[in-house]
Amino acid sequence: MKVSRDVWIVFQRHLLLMVRSPLWVFLGVAQPVVYMALFAPLLKPALSSLDNGSMAAAYRIYIPGMLVALALGGGLYVGFGLLAELSSGVIERARVTPISRIALLLGRALRDVVTLAIQAAIIILLSLPLGLFVHVGDLLLAYALLALISLTSSAISYGIALKISNAGVLGQVINNLAQPLMLLSGTLLPLALAPLWLRRVADWNPFSWAVSGMRALFAGHAADAVVWQSIVIMAGVALLALAWSARLFTRSVR
Amino acid sequence: MIEAKGLRKSFQTRRRRKTAVVEAVAGVDLKVAEGEIFGFLGPNGAGKTTTLRMFATLLSPDDGEARVAGADLRTEPARVRRSIGYVAQGGGTWDDVTARQELVLQARMHGIGKAAAQERAAAALEAFNLTEYGDRNCKTYSGGQRRRVDIALGVIHQPKVLFLDEPTSGLDPQSRAHMWDLVRKLRDEGMTVFLTTHYLDEADALCDRIAIIDHGEVVAEDTPDALKRAISGDVVTVGLTGTAQKAAELLTGQPYLRSVEARDDDELRLTVEAGQTAIPQVMRTLEGAGIELSTIELHRPTLDDVFLTKTGRSLRES
Repeated sequence: MKVSRDVWIVFQRHLLLMVRSPLWVFLGVAQPVVYMALFAPLLKPALSSLDNGSMAAAYRIYIPGMLVALALGGGLYVGFGLLAELSSGVIERARVTPISRIALLLGRALRDVVTLAIQAAIIILLSLPLGLFVHVGDLLLAYALLALISLTSSAISYGIALKISNAGVLGQVINNLAQPLMLLSGTLLPLALAPLWLRRVADWNPFSWAVSGMRALFAGHAADAVVWQSIVIMAGVALLALAWSARLFTRSVR
Repeated sequence: MIEAKGLRKSFQTRRRRKTAVVEAVAGVDLKVAEGEIFGFLGPNGAGKTTTLRMFATLLSPDDGEARVAGADLRTEPARVRRSIGYVAQGGGTWDDVTARQELVLQARMHGIGKAAAQERAAAALEAFNLTEYGDRNCKTYSGGQRRRVDIALGVIHQPKVLFLDEPTSGLDPQSRAHMWDLVRKLRDEGMTVFLTTHYLDEADALCDRIAIIDHGEVVAEDTPDALKRAISGDVVTVGLTGTAQKAAELLTGQPYLRSVEARDDDELRLTVEAGQTAIPQVMRTLEGAGIELSTIELHRPTLDDVFLTKTGRSLRES
């Protein structure tokens, strides 16, 4: 298949770029780690009301939410990289070749998934001593969910970057998009603490479903309906986001 | 190899709710033959890059027709892409990868297999004198080296037509001369090269034929020599020892002469059809009359004179 070959070529190049400057991968983890160390203890009283009150239980609620925040937040900012590539001319160079336009998007988005997988692994490893426990099967499902979130957020970010070429404006747009999505998904504070109307609004946020799915997996309840529901919802949203962004990639030049 | 008719492109600019339409390319007609270096000469903002980007399938024209390497630009952009190479003004490489990796990637993006791509990359490094730096990161290259990498990337798939946007802009004189040799070499291997430039000397020395563009329209198209000849003929300046008036009278009415003007008492400025045949005749006439010449000089009109005649202003000023 030509498209999968092209995706592989673009993916390889971006993996190489990541290996060449791995600092970004670790900088991306820095913020969640700080949150983990400082924010979670702060929230212990609030979180413990949802479980048996132990610190380990607090982390079991907190870490999955933070992983979603990482996938969502980290992904939404990848558009800045694309802006830099647009101005450096490397995108234009690819556009005069017959390479598949969709591959230009998918190759990048898959690299973003790899970045996230590494970051998530670091966070999970760091949380194991804090009492986090997860089965391998559940972890794989959690990774699948994270990959879908990452595909969605980076596809959206690339699409917006193609439409808004000004870095300053792009930053504002991304911020204004990221904040309500984060707050309305209960990534940092569980929505169980929220008033009813806020929970009803959050029901319309696919990332809120993803957070619930992730929490169920980390609690060891893989059979909960919310797990398959969140995966189905995120798969649908990821497809939509990729389709929208791919259309922009192909349309910017036939 | 390239044929364009009535090619147009305009852009919308918005400022305080007012939309203005800027006509960047206002109907370009031109023909580029196979195996020539064709130069697109014009001041900044004349529409050179926009036209080039249309030919390279990066912009779709609003109107007009064009064929590049036998394929229709509007209906078969994918076919056009297979036969062209394009090098943007600023190039386009990632800082943290090597020239070799870039060349392999570019070949792969053109559909070439992995092993063949590696061979081609090695051959390209050799051909462009880059082997020595081929495995260093692109950000370490000098301006001239970087430009060579850009061109190597543009021709890795052996295109029929190569588009170069301002290939020597910002280069030092030595790198510039190198680049000219390189472009000539590609032409000699059979490639058609279409380049834009705002340098008069580059259009003059490097290009087989040129089109002069101003405000989105081609105002002249021919070989540099023919364009210059068509303008004003050649200028011959004769230095004398104080008998300019007499000499002027003697020469007036000669068939090869367009005009004659005595500038001081000791200098004569003649405009002639063709300098190389006029000079011996001028010398014979004057010496035959016993007038002694101290100097004789031939000035060819420059492309700037051509630009001046066609547009009413000098390219150096615009």
